[in-house]
Amino acid sequence: MTGTMENDGKKRGPGDENSPAASPSAIKLTDISKSFGPVRANDSVNMEIHAGTIHGIIGENGAGKSTLMSILYGFYEADRGTIEVDGKTVKITSSQAAISVGIGMVHQHFMLIDTFTVLENIILGAETSALLVAGLEEARVKLQALEDEYGLNVDLNVLTGDLPVGEQQRVEILKALYRDARILILDEPTGVLTPQETAQLFKILKALNREGVTIVLITHKLKEIMTITDNVSVMRAGQMVAHRKTANTSAEELAELMVGRKIINEIEKSTGQRGQPALKVEGLTVKSAGAVPLIDDLSFEVCAGEIVGIAGVSGNGQSELLEVLSGIRPFDTGKIFLNGRDVSPQHLCDPKEVRGLKIAHVPEDRHRLGMVTNFSAQESSILGYQDAAVYNSGPFLDLPTINRECRRLMEGFDVRPRLPEIRSANMSGGNQQKLILAREIDKGPEVLLVGQPTRGVDIGAIEFIHGQLIELRKQGCAVLMVSVELDEVMKLSDRILVMFDGRIVAEVAGNKADEKMLGLMMANAHSQLAQAETNA
Amino acid sequence: MEDTFMFAVLTLDATLRVSTPLIFCAMAGLFSERSGIIDISLEGKMLSAAFIAASVAAVTGSAWLALVAAICVASGLALLHGFACITHKGNHVVSGVAINILASGLTVVLGISWFQRGGQTPSLPSSARFMPIEFPFTDALNGTPLLGTIYKELLSGHNILVYLAFLVVPLTWWVVFQTRFGLRLRAVGENPTAVDTAGISVSGLRYRAVLICGLLTGFAGAYLAIAQNAGFVRDMTAGQGYIALAALIFGKWRPFSAFAACLLFGLLDAIAIRLQGVHLAGVGEVPVELIQALPYILTVILLAGFIGKAVAPKAIGQPYLKER
Amino acid sequence: MSQNSSTLPRWIDIGLIPILNVAMALLVSGLIILLIGESPLEAVQIMIQGALGYDEGIGYTLYYTTNFVFTGLAVAVAFHAGLFNIGGEGQAYIGGLGVGLFLLLADDSLSPILLLPVGIIAAGLFGAAWAAIPAYLQAYRGSHIVITTIMFNFIASALMVYLMVNVLIKPGQMSPESRVFLDTAHLPFAHEIFAWMGIKIARSPLNISIIWAAICCIGLWLFVWRTRWGYAIRSVGFNEKAAVYAGITPAKTIMLAMFISGALAGFVGVNEIMGVHHKLLLNYTAGYGFTGIAVSLMGRNHPFGIILASLLFGVLYQGGAELAFEVPTITRELVVVIQGLVILFSGALAYMSTPWIEWAYGALSRRQSSAGQGEG
Repeated sequence: MTGTMENDGKKRGPGDENSPAASPSAIKLTDISKSFGPVRANDSVNMEIHAGTIHGIIGENGAGKSTLMSILYGFYEADRGTIEVDGKTVKITSSQAAISVGIGMVHQHFMLIDTFTVLENIILGAETSALLVAGLEEARVKLQALEDEYGLNVDLNVLTGDLPVGEQQRVEILKALYRDARILILDEPTGVLTPQETAQLFKILKALNREGVTIVLITHKLKEIMTITDNVSVMRAGQMVAHRKTANTSAEELAELMVGRKIINEIEKSTGQRGQPALKVEGLTVKSAGAVPLIDDLSFEVCAGEIVGIAGVSGNGQSELLEVLSGIRPFDTGKIFLNGRDVSPQHLCDPKEVRGLKIAHVPEDRHRLGMVTNFSAQESSILGYQDAAVYNSGPFLDLPTINRECRRLMEGFDVRPRLPEIRSANMSGGNQQKLILAREIDKGPEVLLVGQPTRGVDIGAIEFIHGQLIELRKQGCAVLMVSVELDEVMKLSDRILVMFDGRIVAEVAGNKADEKMLGLMMANAHSQLAQAETNA
Repeated sequence: MEDTFMFAVLTLDATLRVSTPLIFCAMAGLFSERSGIIDISLEGKMLSAAFIAASVAAVTGSAWLALVAAICVASGLALLHGFACITHKGNHVVSGVAINILASGLTVVLGISWFQRGGQTPSLPSSARFMPIEFPFTDALNGTPLLGTIYKELLSGHNILVYLAFLVVPLTWWVVFQTRFGLRLRAVGENPTAVDTAGISVSGLRYRAVLICGLLTGFAGAYLAIAQNAGFVRDMTAGQGYIALAALIFGKWRPFSAFAACLLFGLLDAIAIRLQGVHLAGVGEVPVELIQALPYILTVILLAGFIGKAVAPKAIGQPYLKER
Repeated sequence: MSQNSSTLPRWIDIGLIPILNVAMALLVSGLIILLIGESPLEAVQIMIQGALGYDEGIGYTLYYTTNFVFTGLAVAVAFHAGLFNIGGEGQAYIGGLGVGLFLLLADDSLSPILLLPVGIIAAGLFGAAWAAIPAYLQAYRGSHIVITTIMFNFIASALMVYLMVNVLIKPGQMSPESRVFLDTAHLPFAHEIFAWMGIKIARSPLNISIIWAAICCIGLWLFVWRTRWGYAIRSVGFNEKAAVYAGITPAKTIMLAMFISGALAGFVGVNEIMGVHHKLLLNYTAGYGFTGIAVSLMGRNHPFGIILASLLFGVLYQGGAELAFEVPTITRELVVVIQGLVILFSGALAYMSTPWIEWAYGALSRRQSSAGQGEG
């Protein structure tokens, strides 16, 4: 986001693939930029995808991959830049336009209508006649041919909502092929799939590729890039930082490119004082509505005076873990202990009880959970503690006290402007976060759950927040921190747990971790490497 | 026996007549709500259409011209609803309430200004109305015991709009489930993003849906003012738009089920009128009000999930915004 | 219900835009009067004169205002919880039934001093109970409260007709009305109170219910913005997920908000049944419940705004009656038209003008800042 990051893409590295032997380009993007308000989601992105290849785009969450593909598919319009398809400059202003130049997309969240049959879903928007029956029959014939050709077996007559996700995804692929897509973009296609389904998907993708379909695979999983792609482009913070031939690169190099090297100020992190286990989780399992485990038999502990960082690409169960531990989300099986006492019953979806146990929670998403943006700062400063005796006198909220306390929190945590009356929405992200942190820390918690402590926060505030977490640890609080910022995790944590697919796949001592290793672990491509490091 | 049979036939005959506006409105609401636009303004559109139909019929003497005017006005209000809900992403319910209240006021204000009859329009001659159509051979068949009576009293002798209403139901089913437009309509009410990514305009589809809704409420209003009755009386819809909405929900947003609900609610109404003040053996006087309230009570019970489950189109009432 | 434009300063957001919306509604109303062939300016003059020009008119205006305050507050408190209560009409109706039944049973046995407070409680409880059923169905069974409250309006109406015609009707009487309550159960009229103080004013239906309406305004303001329960209600209305995070149970909060909403609507029954008619009868709610929607939207769900909006609608109702009397081509229903237009412009199209104002404000502040730089 700083814009000063070095841009590897402009240098010619040894792995660069601009060899004359390459096939003609299917897609060429030049200087694509897109901003959402102050956020630059894509910053002068250049990329070439060769016809008939499988091209991977890898990057962390929020690196701008999905935005780029949405631009290519006409869902957003780029602020700047050109798109060439098959060597011709095209303007893609709508999904219709993208479809007409042969681009098909399988979205991360499927664009399917649960109450429609598979066949109806596939032909929606590409019906061949005004009457459904004729169109459906025509489509059935064409789809049968496609299914046979690529081995994509889906029953066309069942309701889409009744299908498992793997098959729903096949419906999405069929949808694109039915529209004669020759370039197929898949956005994080394996995120919702079981390993078996993933294997199946890759088989299909290879078959498609053999038939000449160009495939663009967006993912954050290195293993997938290494297994299936021909070429790979790496995005970081809205920029395209490198292009490589997959055969000429390694998972280690990609992990490093993806995470980047950020300069972090070392922080005085005195060791010792680690006390008894404060928070202990045993065999915790949380299942989604579709019975897919979001958290899978998780066990770990956090001691008093210790910061445990959870690293991982988001969407691997970290959010759910925080929600369960703070009592927002119910869990299926497992036990939660606080200072050796079983507090599982209190955790069955009752945030109030959990707060009473002196477990504080700074949620990942300020706007969605942590505050009510329409409230004044002082109202947000009591969220979760609105029933506390300090803030109430008789039936009424004690506004003078709330105001005074809010001002005190603001001063203690340097929240600006120091106006308890300001609307929460009108505060900057950093100040919002400091206020929430102040609110939670001020209650003297024994356990602090904190998610993405510095997301969208300016540099000054980051330093301050980090300092506060260290201070809290010094006072003997057990801190469990979830963050996608690796430097943050490494800088603060005494121990780092890496989560992948709802499980803890690795544990590293904070002082022994480095980005490359963590990047590999987060992509679950570490195996022996991690083993070696932890044993050392 | 003969009496009971005659009573039944006449009650059913009345049912057809009372159900007709409900059917038009329920089908109208079906198009709108299937596209994701909540429409509680069926009542207001029908009332406005009734008023304009009666006014135009009174001035021009042409029932057909009156029908066209009714359709235009109802469609205009439907577009207003669309403008608020689709273009300006306003609250669907608020917009619907506004249109209902506007209609109930404006029809009286304009009625008094135009005709000076306390909100009524002049009584219409039969030439300016849709009159009952007698089927051929009614007299010839009159001798046939059961069928003759059914043919004469129940099937024959309705105006063209009644027959049209019964045609609109299969037509609605056909459009919604058998055409490309219907597929897209259902899709946009369930998942507008999917429709957008399929390259179809969400707003375009929804505007077309509310227009069809306006058209059909126009028929309903015209029926009330220039077919069933001979002129407009203030607030003559008397909640039938809401009953139609209840029927639509009761029929789980499906054409034939909603149609059946309309007939059921119409039947309850017809029975209530006939049982007014009647003492039944063993029951005593039937509380007519209970029968009249039954459509609402049944709908609430259905909505509460006690008899089956009415699942609304998934995206209903939500303005379509691209993510971010 | 919590759509908010954040880039504009507060005075534009809660001052200029609402006024602009009402102005647009009134402008269109003026056009309708022109269409009828009358002069809008003259109409405004007659209305203001009729509503505020003499003591009887003022009395009527404030009597209407009382009802609108109750129904407006009822809609507003539900709005704060993110709920749309269209059932004010039915809740007001049943609230009246509550106070009426109580007085029919107890007007001769209970001390007159107790009749007023218990009457208020009866009206509130009945109204609240009528709102509690749709609330329960929304909170625990997921049925949409808009539809259920509409249905409950009709059910209330049918129930009242049944009770009045069959049960509560005074024997030997044609029209469906109950017996008149004892004199001790009548709320004092304003003209009576003034007469005790030796001031003579004209008779009007205005009674001491207006004081209860004022108390409700203050009470609701305190409740919504000064208690933890109001805090919970607003949390759920603005951001249900954050409310859950804060340990607030949305279902319970919905019940609470609707219970209060129904009670407030029920208080219309105190004004109408105990204050004006002194007997149970049919159709005394006369659309006040629906006007509450316009009042609440116009008053931005705030008691202060609701008082202003209620006064405006009081003037419109009373002035409209006067206007209909003076100008034969205009009827009272003109007020209903204005009401519909207010709901349209202040509610459904509330943010129609926002892009324009944002643009104008942006252009203006840019010009100002560039001018400031020029000087510096």
